Amino acid sequence: MPITYTSGEQVEVYRFSIPVTIGVPLLALFLQAFIPLRFPRFAVYFDLPLLVTIFFAMARRSPIAGLFTGAFIGLAQDMLGHNPIGIYGIAKTVVGYGASSLGVKLDVENAGARFLVTLGFYLVHSAVYFTVARALVNMTQGWSWLHGILAGLANAALGVILYFFLDKFKQRT
Amino acid sequence: MESVLGRYRNLIILVGVLFLQVLGLAMQVKKTTNALQDTRLIRIWAVGAITPFERSLIWIENGSASLWHNYFYLRGVRAENRELKQQIEDMRLQQVRLQEDAAQAHRLQNLLAFKEQYVSKTVAAQVIGTSGSDMSRTVLIDKGEKAGIEPDMAVMTANGIVGKVLLVYPSAAEVLLINDQSSGVGAILDKSRLQGVLKGTVNGQVVLERVMSDETVNVGETVLTSGGDQIFPKGLPVGTVAKVERGKDLFLRIEIRPAASLSKLEEVLVLVQKQDRPATTEATTHVRAADILAQRLPSVPEKPADATATPAKSGEGSAKPTGATGTAAPKATTNAASHPVKTQSATASVGQDVPPKAATGTSTAAKPKAANTNGTAATPEGVVPKPVNNGTSVMKAEGAPGKSAISAQKPKAASAPGSTPTTQANPQPPAVDNNPH
Repeated sequence: MPITYTSGEQVEVYRFSIPVTIGVPLLALFLQAFIPLRFPRFAVYFDLPLLVTIFFAMARRSPIAGLFTGAFIGLAQDMLGHNPIGIYGIAKTVVGYGASSLGVKLDVENAGARFLVTLGFYLVHSAVYFTVARALVNMTQGWSWLHGILAGLANAALGVILYFFLDKFKQRT
Repeated sequence: MESVLGRYRNLIILVGVLFLQVLGLAMQVKKTTNALQDTRLIRIWAVGAITPFERSLIWIENGSASLWHNYFYLRGVRAENRELKQQIEDMRLQQVRLQEDAAQAHRLQNLLAFKEQYVSKTVAAQVIGTSGSDMSRTVLIDKGEKAGIEPDMAVMTANGIVGKVLLVYPSAAEVLLINDQSSGVGAILDKSRLQGVLKGTVNGQVVLERVMSDETVNVGETVLTSGGDQIFPKGLPVGTVAKVERGKDLFLRIEIRPAASLSKLEEVLVLVQKQDRPATTEATTHVRAADILAQRLPSVPEKPADATATPAKSGEGSAKPTGATGTAAPKATTNAASHPVKTQSATASVGQDVPPKAATGTSTAAKPKAANTNGTAATPEGVVPKPVNNGTSVMKAEGAPGKSAISAQKPKAASAPGSTPTTQANPQPPAVDNNPH
C-alpha cells in the first residue's frame, strides 16, 4: 500500500524497471498507431502516449525526469506522422514537467484527483499543440472547446483505468 | 549565481529542452522542400520500432480471420456464389459496352495523337498502422524500398484513389491520405468536366476546390483524377459529390465522398509503374475506308474471299447467327484477325482481363464464340436466325480451333435483356488507318 503525502516533505517517489520504462511508452505508441485501423475515431478522442506521460511524470515526481519522459514520448509520436518533428514533443514536455511538479505538491493517487489532473493536462496539451502548430509551423488548425472537453473527459476516464493497471509496475525507491 | 542555478535548475532545463525542440522545428519549417527527407533517418527509428509489432498483429489477425472464414463461416456461401455469378454475368454485359466505348475513345485519341498514361505495374500492400493522430492523416504500409516503392507513387484500392507515398523506409512506407490537409490531387467532374483541386480538411473531409461558383455541380456526380498532378493517372475514381455550397473567393466548396473507404483501409495497391505512350488502338493491319463501310452496312453483302467458308451448321470457319430481330447480317469479317489486338487494348484500358468477345451487335450484347480463323470472310447468308427467350439476337461465329486468339477462348453467348438491337454487325470496329485513303 503506497503511502502518499501532500506536504511535500515525505512524498512517496516511485521508480520503474527498464523494461517498463521503455516498453510501456512503446506499447502506447504502438496501440495509438494500430487501434485507429479498426476504430478510426480512436485517434480523434484518445491520446495514449499522453496518458502514459502523465502517469510516469506523476509517479516519479521529478520534474526533470517528467519533462524528459514527455519529450521522448512526444518526439517519438511526432516521428510516426508527417508533420514536423517537435510539435508533440514540446506539448508533452510541458505536460511532463507540469504533471511531475504537481505530483510533488498534491496527492494524485486517488481516482478523483487523477481524473481532474488528466482532464486539465489534456487541455494544456491541446492548447500547447494548437499554439505551436499555428504559430511556429503555420498549420491550419481549428480549436473546438466542445471537442476539447469531450476528448479530455474521455481521456481522463481511460486514464483512471489505465493508471490502475500501471500502478502494478511501480517500485518504491 | 550557483544558488540561482540550483534554485531554478528544473525551470532552466525545461526552457533548454523546449528551446532545442523549437529550434529543431524552426529548421524543419524553413526547409519546406526537403524537410521530410531530412528527418527520414530519425523517423526510421520510430517506424522501425513500431512496425514489427504491427506486422505481427496483422499477421495473427489475418491468420485467425482466415481460419474463421475458411473453416467455420461457410454458411451462405452457395447463395453468395450464385449472387456473384449473376454479378459476373451482368458485368460481362456491361463490359461489352465498355469495350466498345473504350475502342472508340482509343480511335479518337489516336486520331488526335493524345498521350495516355497506363497503369502498367502495381504492388499490393497491407496497411499496418496509422500515424495515431488526427492531425496527420497517414497510414503505414508493409512494403517499402525493397518492393520498389518510391516517394510520390499513387496509392489506390479497387474502389478509388487513397493517397500518395510520402516517405519510404526499407520495408515500410508512409502514405499521405487524400483527406489530409497537406494533400492535393488534380480532379475532374465526370459529367460537367469541371476541373479542381482535391484537398483534405482539418476534420478529415475531402473537398474539391477551385471550381467557380457560377458553375453547376450536381450532388452525386462522379469525380475522377484529372492527371494534372503527375502522380495519379487520369480517370481513376476519386468519389462522388456529397454536398455543394458557396465557398470563399467566388469558388464553390464541393464536399466529396471518397470512393475508397479511407478510415477502413486494409489492402492497397501502389502504382509503381505507369507508362506514357501515344494513344493507339494497336492495330496491326490497315483497313481501307471502303472495307469499314462494307462491314457497317448490312445491306451490302460481302463476297466471301475464301471458298472454304461455309454457311452455318456446316462446321469450321462458319458464322452462325441466331436471333429474332434479324436486323443485321452478322459477319465474322476479314479483319477479325485484328480483333484480338484491339480487344486487348480496350480491355487493358478498363483495367480488366476478360476474354474478348468478338463480332456481335453491341447493344444486343450477343457474344459470338469466335472470329473467323484464316482471315477470310464468312458470310452467314441464308441462315435463319433462331429466336431466343428474351427476343434479342444472338450470333455465333465459329472458327477453326487453335488458329485464332479469340477462337481459343470461346466465350459463351449471352444477351442483354431489354437491350436494343442495332444494325452494327461488328462491335469491335476495325482499326482506323491513320492515313485514310
